[in-house]
Amino acid sequence: MIDTLDQIFVLLKHWIVSFLPGACQPAASVVISVAVIVVLFPLLFALTTVFERKGLARIQNRIGPNRTGPFGVLQPIADGIKSLTKEDIVPSSADSAVHFLAPLVLVVAVFMGFAVLPMGRNMALVDMDAGLLFFFAIGASTELSVFMAGWSSRNKYSLLGAMRAVAQMISYEVPLLMSSVAVVMITGSLSLNKIVAAQNQYTFGLPHWYIFTPWGLAAFLLYAIAATAETNRSPFDLPEGESELVAGYHTEYSGFKFALFFLGEYLAMFSISGLGTTLFLGGWSSPLEVLGWVPSWFWFFSKMMMSIFVFIWLRGTLPRLRQDQLMNFAWKFVLPLTMLNLFVTALWRFLGDGWERWVFCTAILVAAYVVMGRVEMRAEHFGPRRYRYAE
Amino acid sequence: MLGEGILKGLAETAKNFVGSFFSAERMTTVEYPEERIAPIEAARVFPFLVYDGIEWDAGLRCVACQICEKECPPKCIFIEKSKDKKPDAVGKPQFYPTRFDIDISVCMSCQICVEVCPFEAIKMDNVFELSTDDRFDGLLLDRKQLAKPNAYYHQIHPTEAAVVEARLAADRAKSDAKQTAAAIASAIKGAERPLPPPTTGGD
Repeated sequence: MIDTLDQIFVLLKHWIVSFLPGACQPAASVVISVAVIVVLFPLLFALTTVFERKGLARIQNRIGPNRTGPFGVLQPIADGIKSLTKEDIVPSSADSAVHFLAPLVLVVAVFMGFAVLPMGRNMALVDMDAGLLFFFAIGASTELSVFMAGWSSRNKYSLLGAMRAVAQMISYEVPLLMSSVAVVMITGSLSLNKIVAAQNQYTFGLPHWYIFTPWGLAAFLLYAIAATAETNRSPFDLPEGESELVAGYHTEYSGFKFALFFLGEYLAMFSISGLGTTLFLGGWSSPLEVLGWVPSWFWFFSKMMMSIFVFIWLRGTLPRLRQDQLMNFAWKFVLPLTMLNLFVTALWRFLGDGWERWVFCTAILVAAYVVMGRVEMRAEHFGPRRYRYAE
Repeated sequence: MLGEGILKGLAETAKNFVGSFFSAERMTTVEYPEERIAPIEAARVFPFLVYDGIEWDAGLRCVACQICEKECPPKCIFIEKSKDKKPDAVGKPQFYPTRFDIDISVCMSCQICVEVCPFEAIKMDNVFELSTDDRFDGLLLDRKQLAKPNAYYHQIHPTEAAVVEARLAADRAKSDAKQTAAAIASAIKGAERPLPPPTTGGD
């Protein structure tokens, strides 16, 4: 019974596929899985938008949307209808082909990331040996669509937003990858299924999640920072900073194309939270051994939604960074720490199973954090501007 | 240490998030169409015309002096002065506006008309739900729509209305006193008037 519940979606798919002739069964199986992903995550996106608005409202002691349906839960439907019925404006000077393609490329690229995420036991669409590599390769191509959007709009705000986006995404792509490499070093595999399997073990009823190790915690925090920047979420929302750049790279988008950008942004958030869950929070494994009877997909999605909640919480708390702060933070603080973390991970791997590795690794990481926080991130006091050549 | 401020901020917002579900005084939102708060006494939106007595037509304090029309910065007041005079609430013959229109789509609620009016005839209203689907005639209020009783003025701006009432009463007392004084004076004058010089007949 418990196993059936755990595998219910897999069994359901097999049952549907079994009605088809043998030759087209593999293709049908893939099509069904893809269809489920393509339907499920936009639905989740719709739910998240309303929860985000509600959550932000609560953080600011407001009520939030409460007019459409009970407690405003039908708000996303109203928003969807609105964006569908709005006029689709393409600026006359825009490169219309690229302008049209940009949101599509974004959404398609983001959707492809979900292909390798194990959303439950036996619930990865493709069990790729180099799943992590595939994920990052696909994830990096979203930068292209952002720049396509900014460039083809022929609008200064769009272009500025796109430039910022590309600079930011490339800067944070490096720490994002580097922090995940730590997990690969310990697991010895790029396959996300194997990474989850490695964490799905228990000692005294507690799981072997990588976040419960010093290097894992550090890597997780660095990953979270880089993921926030990758998905252009507040406080790293410079590419679309509405108070500076109207709406950044999607200034010239309206109607459904804008909705696609919005969707792409949230889907990117889901996929990157899903990957973070898989790498550090044990994927679909349960947080306690005694809770092993709860279906695995439940754990995956609840962990993912918890990460989304943290994203929303951060958005409700932190103001936007300045461009130089963003870049300094990436190159002077996050990147060196991820490098050091790789070293610490190697130390962890070769120090054996004793208590020493806990002490050493923690000490190195904490010391590095304190020192680098003091030295690299010390507040710079800007005096009056000095003109070196004009005087 | 680095990150301390972020943690403090997160704690603060978490406090707000959780607190908003439990303490009612945190939530200051008034869900407007269903809930309303009592209007603030000093609130002002658009002007209205005060009338005394029961009949708005007869009791309008406005004497069509057109000062407000001239002073109005966006020129949203339009007045047509009557040719004849008719008795006002006190019974004194006065001119009256045959037309008094305020275009509230132009009015900027500056209250200058109220300040320049020497007759306390125009005051600020606090009605704000004036939306209409006719943006021309629906937002052009004529004198019938603008006329509101003095009692209404007392109800929406009690303090201000009391001051105005006192001033009006003082003015009235003064003018009454003046009139009586004048009457007395003329009476005395009449009494003291020396007899016409005797005529010497036959001159």
